[in-house]
Amino acid sequence: MTSKTRKQLLVGARYLAIIAGAVVVLFPIYLMITTSLKPRVAAFAIPPVWFFVPTVNSYVTVLFADNFLRFFFNSVQVALGATVGSVLIAALAAYGIVRFRFRGSRVFVAGTLVLKMIPEVILVIPVFLLWNTLGLINTRFGLVLVYIALNLAFNIWIIRAFMMEVPRELEQSAEIDGCSEFTIFSRIVLPLIAPGLSVAAIFTFRLAWNEFVLSLALTNRFTRTLPVAVSMYITDVGVQWGPITAIATVIALPAFIFTFLAARSLISGLTAGAVKG
Amino acid sequence: MNTALRKTVTPWLFTLPAIACILVILVFPVLSGVRLSFFEYAMRDFAVGRDPVFIGLDNFRILFGSANFRTSIQVTLVFVSSVVIFELLLGLVLALLMEGGIKGLRLFRTLFILPIMIAPVVVGLIWRFMYHPSFGILNYFLLRLGLEPIPWLHSTEWALRSVIIADIWQWTPFVFLILLAGLQGVSRDLIEAGIMDGCSYLQNLFFVKLPAIASIIAVAAILRLIDAFRSLVVIYVMTYGGPGVSTEVLSLHLYKTAFMAQRLGRASAIAVILLAILLLLSSVLVVRTLRAERK
Repeated sequence: MTSKTRKQLLVGARYLAIIAGAVVVLFPIYLMITTSLKPRVAAFAIPPVWFFVPTVNSYVTVLFADNFLRFFFNSVQVALGATVGSVLIAALAAYGIVRFRFRGSRVFVAGTLVLKMIPEVILVIPVFLLWNTLGLINTRFGLVLVYIALNLAFNIWIIRAFMMEVPRELEQSAEIDGCSEFTIFSRIVLPLIAPGLSVAAIFTFRLAWNEFVLSLALTNRFTRTLPVAVSMYITDVGVQWGPITAIATVIALPAFIFTFLAARSLISGLTAGAVKG
Repeated sequence: MNTALRKTVTPWLFTLPAIACILVILVFPVLSGVRLSFFEYAMRDFAVGRDPVFIGLDNFRILFGSANFRTSIQVTLVFVSSVVIFELLLGLVLALLMEGGIKGLRLFRTLFILPIMIAPVVVGLIWRFMYHPSFGILNYFLLRLGLEPIPWLHSTEWALRSVIIADIWQWTPFVFLILLAGLQGVSRDLIEAGIMDGCSYLQNLFFVKLPAIASIIAVAAILRLIDAFRSLVVIYVMTYGGPGVSTEVLSLHLYKTAFMAQRLGRASAIAVILLAILLLLSSVLVVRTLRAERK
């Protein structure tokens, strides 16, 4: 065998391995989406029906079932509220830390890393008790507050990194022109770090939209979000895989959108702090 | 307002909302949870407004004497070590395959993010569907290959393995992304020099590339360890800890102790143990990052 054909074979083998990996990664997602579009009988047919006329029956069933729309709008409100709140508060804090060279910024760095690892399940009991005392239990606002706090550390971390790149001369010249601190922050710095804000926003939305344990414990049948609602389907209706995969697909929709529109932001957010240094 | 006062107050105005949120919603609850671990407190006490009763270390003593708790620790250790080892190995292989001049790399990399972004509840549901004993796709494939079907989630022997497989599916892409970024940062010159010296691919891998990304591999390992100790929802949806307690990891044991057994004090003791493990792991990250910040 010449070294050239050997090389080509190696490249071929490499592609084959990568494609095999991609199939393994995508197949479960493909299965979820196609099952949600299958006619009822085909949804559990074994051997599986690979080719079928897609129908939105399962989606229609879900749409008119129980309180799907209520849970959907709960999810939308909670996720949007948490995103706006958390990104705004984090941007303010990051600006304070970067611009005023806050003393103890090393403590802050250590603190954010520690806060990032606190699992929801550890918060669930004390926040449940606290929210009961404060009357925030079973409210969407209470859930929004927890999600704001949970993602603050990550958001400050990301936004701070972007803010450190903004040239100080810009801020200084604005200051000479008589702009107030808040004007400098909102009119000059924020527009410049828009990509950083979008990374923070996407990850906060993802947490609030996907989160399960806190939502399960802190909401009731009026205020619960979609992930909790879909989990109740498993026990209640047992084997209705059409509607279940339809709701699951709806829950996964923002993930698809973010992945295809903002893959680069996602990768920078996921690997933040891991690769540098 | 005079300027000096303004100079000291303004930074605080910017950081105050964040500090308040973190103190009230994260730090205070965590500390009050630690306090509660020394008390006897049931959901019913809470409902009727009875105060927690101080019992010292009794919650911890009871836990360490309980067979369920010890099984849960064991299940957690098997789960965590298996997923982290497999994810690191597979992630490294994928990263090496894709590193350097692969056409369509961006597309593959994008596709690989999907499992990380999808809600854990959805991941649990999909796998539960695929693992279904009678109309699950996996057993269908096994039958087609002439193999025996496997009682994936329904036997104590297989349930933990099945849960581990789902986690590997979801999180290998994360390790892959970090290691790929690391490999792409390895200086080309270093590798070229190796090739010039007549190094084989494996020599180059073991003596140049792997040492160059050793610290990134370590970070990926710690990040995954932390997340694996925290993982709960996928298992909750797939098995709810069963059959028996064969997949009841520590975080699920905590949740069930709090909201099924309704023992808030004892559940808080489990939370303290989980927190201690996670603090230990993240302290490694903290030290490393502080060192990098100083540079």
